[in-house]
Amino acid sequence: MILVLISILLTPDGEAAELKKATLMPLWSTQAQFAGYYVALDKGIYARHGIDLTILKGGPSVSPSEHLQNGKADFAVLSLAAALQQNGAGNRLVNVAQIIQKSSMMLIARKTSGIRTPADFQGRKVGVWNGDLATNAFFTKYQVRVQQIPQSYTVNLFLRGGIDAVSAQWHNEYHTILNSGIKADELNIFFLDDHGIRFPEDGLYILERNYRKDPAFAASFAKASLEGWRYAFDHPDEALDIVIRTMKKEHLPANRLHQKWMLEKMRDQMKPRKNGGEMGQLSPSDYEAVGLALRTRGVITTVPGFEDFIGRHDAQQ
Amino acid sequence: MLSSRNIAYKLILIITVCSVTIFAVTIGYFYHSSRVTLERELEETARNLVLASVNRMETELSSIGKVGEGVVRSLETGNYPEKSLNTLLKGTLEGNTNIYGFGAAFEPDAPNTHTRPVNYFCRKNGQISFVPVNDLQFRTHDWYQIPKELGKKEWSEPYFDTDVEILMTSCSVPFYDGAGDNRRFRGIVVADVSLAWLKDIVASIKVLKTGYCFLISRNGTMLTHPDKEMVMNETVFSIAESRNNPELYEIGRKMVRGESGFTPYIGARGVKSWMYYAPVSSTGWTLAVVFPEAELYAEVRALTIRVACMGCAGILLLALAVALIARSITTPLHELAEATEEIASGNFDAELPPVRSQDEVGKLSQAFISMNKALKEYIRNLTETTAAKERIQSELKVATDIQLSLLPRIFPPFPDRPEFDIFASMDPAKEVGGDFYDFFFIDDTNLCFLIADVADKGVPAALYMMVAKTLLKSEGQRLGEPERILSCVNNILAADNDRCMFATVFCAILDTGSGVVRYANAGHNPPLIMESQGIRYLTLKSGFVMGPVTDTVYEAERLTMQPGDTLFLYTDGVTEAKNSEDLLYGESQLLYDLQQGPRENLADMIHHIRDRVALHANGAPQSDDVTMVAITYRGSGSG
Repeated sequence: MILVLISILLTPDGEAAELKKATLMPLWSTQAQFAGYYVALDKGIYARHGIDLTILKGGPSVSPSEHLQNGKADFAVLSLAAALQQNGAGNRLVNVAQIIQKSSMMLIARKTSGIRTPADFQGRKVGVWNGDLATNAFFTKYQVRVQQIPQSYTVNLFLRGGIDAVSAQWHNEYHTILNSGIKADELNIFFLDDHGIRFPEDGLYILERNYRKDPAFAASFAKASLEGWRYAFDHPDEALDIVIRTMKKEHLPANRLHQKWMLEKMRDQMKPRKNGGEMGQLSPSDYEAVGLALRTRGVITTVPGFEDFIGRHDAQQ
Repeated sequence: MLSSRNIAYKLILIITVCSVTIFAVTIGYFYHSSRVTLERELEETARNLVLASVNRMETELSSIGKVGEGVVRSLETGNYPEKSLNTLLKGTLEGNTNIYGFGAAFEPDAPNTHTRPVNYFCRKNGQISFVPVNDLQFRTHDWYQIPKELGKKEWSEPYFDTDVEILMTSCSVPFYDGAGDNRRFRGIVVADVSLAWLKDIVASIKVLKTGYCFLISRNGTMLTHPDKEMVMNETVFSIAESRNNPELYEIGRKMVRGESGFTPYIGARGVKSWMYYAPVSSTGWTLAVVFPEAELYAEVRALTIRVACMGCAGILLLALAVALIARSITTPLHELAEATEEIASGNFDAELPPVRSQDEVGKLSQAFISMNKALKEYIRNLTETTAAKERIQSELKVATDIQLSLLPRIFPPFPDRPEFDIFASMDPAKEVGGDFYDFFFIDDTNLCFLIADVADKGVPAALYMMVAKTLLKSEGQRLGEPERILSCVNNILAADNDRCMFATVFCAILDTGSGVVRYANAGHNPPLIMESQGIRYLTLKSGFVMGPVTDTVYEAERLTMQPGDTLFLYTDGVTEAKNSEDLLYGESQLLYDLQQGPRENLADMIHHIRDRVALHANGAPQSDDVTMVAITYRGSGSG
């Protein structure tokens, strides 16, 4: 606490005395996928950057992009594809940091299903999340027609044998399946990223109009968030304590082993693709690729300029 | 002392080791079989306990399932506009207090008469209220999607309802219209159920003191557990992984497959336990009871320890008894040994311990007493015998002295007679011998000399020799001719010779003036004549031995000795001296040794032969008297 106070006092811009209020809407319920933000909040990192942050409660019944639009959230965690779709719909957003650098999406089939190659998906029942463009891009790439079953936020239908394959995020559902007593060697897995479907996921977004009001504030938020992530990776046990404490407060099932797995995979997925690259940067080539894929599918008609999208254009002004 | 301690020590050691071994095996077997029995009983108890609880759950759950199925039958067979549907749903919920919420959800594209996709009622604050749902998100929810895809009644994974803060599960039953190929999925009838009662059922299962129950879902998620932190947070697999317990992982796999079993189980903090688990088949959950092993075996262990203590005390007592018995055996033995030692040192009057018992030790004491008496008697006899023998020995010594004193032993015997030299010796084989020699003057010129060997040795021979010698001397001096001497003495001896004793005698008379020797032989060995030409055995008539037969005739023979000639007389003790290999000294050896030996001094000559004979015998005991006589004629004018 004393440390936090000292760090506040030592903040160079001298705004320590008057913190600016802000809210963050995570993409989903509290879990280690968002550990960096909870850690940054808990360790006073946001406060040190002059932000009095409130992390809103995410989950299946709330939409982060809606919260951004109606002003209930200043910042939100969105996938790049979702953000581009929002942009296309006229709700201009700015990416202040790209957290997950690659696609964590994967398809999982039991070995007994006989699905060994992408071509084997032909005609099979596959669970796909509503609006999941990446998985659809995978099927398009391999020209397979699958019987898509709208997927819920559990993998129970797959576990009960209701579908042949299930969509999963590496840091989440894959481990949930393992945690349900299915061994890794009983599964065939397909990482979309390995198949060239490189849709970077979690990024931190702000409405463009809000961004323009105070670009430095948004930059501070991004900086503090990344600092939170670095702290979480350096102190994984403490980070897990913070996340699990929050989950319990919200009556969410909290499995430490699962959260540990998630944090480890987050660390892996946040690594920049290029050696020496900086954490939190959106890769222009990935941006172009996703933009192209969305345009091809007719989801959006135009792709905003990269510099505009990451707000650098304004920052330079 | 040591040996007596050894017996007791060995006895205690062997008996204690044997009884400890027997006892250890017995108690080990007892403990093991008790455990086996206990485990069997435990399995039985556990199975009954679990199955009874499972039955209670099944009853509860299946009644809920039947409610849903009943409504489904109504919906499939009848036409229910929204109003009558709601009446049905509400009425059903009212009639089943164990259901929290009840509703019907319809497939949006299915042709139906309802305006709303979902009609749902639930209990709120004791009232049943209608909860309208208008969006279509429910289609991707497990309670709707899973039974739809699987085409059968399904119980959802329990979930924590944040609104009412209780664990809930949903029983969903799909319903259809049409039949055969036209059969189409229309929707789901769902009953939401609070699982609060589950906790009560599971908590009511009491297992020993620290045993417990837990219930897991089809995904392995903990639904109830004494550790609240685990509930809905952990799965049996995540517990297995975080405890690094692969056995638990495999047990978990069996559980979610719907198997039942009784298995050893390592609980939290490594507590060894037993677990029985069985499926709740309608929901696919598994109920498990855990029995901590230490508590389970506590009674058997305590009993075993008590028995072990008793056994140890018994063995200690046994060792004590053995020590006492060993002492009762070894103490008299020890006393006996001490007394015996004293006896061995010569004190035959040492007191032996009294016979206290009639056992082996008593018999041994008795035998020692008898032995001591016998020994004493024997020693007394031996002392007497030895005294008698010593007396005889000393008498024999006297006899030997007397016998020797009878033979002329002073050399030269006639120092005033230079015509001849004479030397003789006799070594008896026993204290008194049967050999003898003699020489004496018959008149002024005639010297009679003789050598004799009485058959047999010892006292009888010596007595016979005395008689023979006395007779020979007296008759020799009376008669003066050798053949007459021998005949006369033979007749006297033969007259009263009941024992048939006999002697060989060579008797000769030397005329010191002329050197003529007249001699007669009664079966004696031929003497040797040593002349200037050499040495030879005298050829003579052998004659019959003297003593056994009267009127034996002996013939006289003559020999003229030149000055310097020597006559050597001997008994068979010389030629028949044996060595250890029974080889005789022999006549040829005697001849040879005389040739090689000294000739001038007769004493030297005889001593030389005596040495040669002793050398031949080489330590073998002398079996016969050894007697030699040598006489050298020096001539009448030489002195």
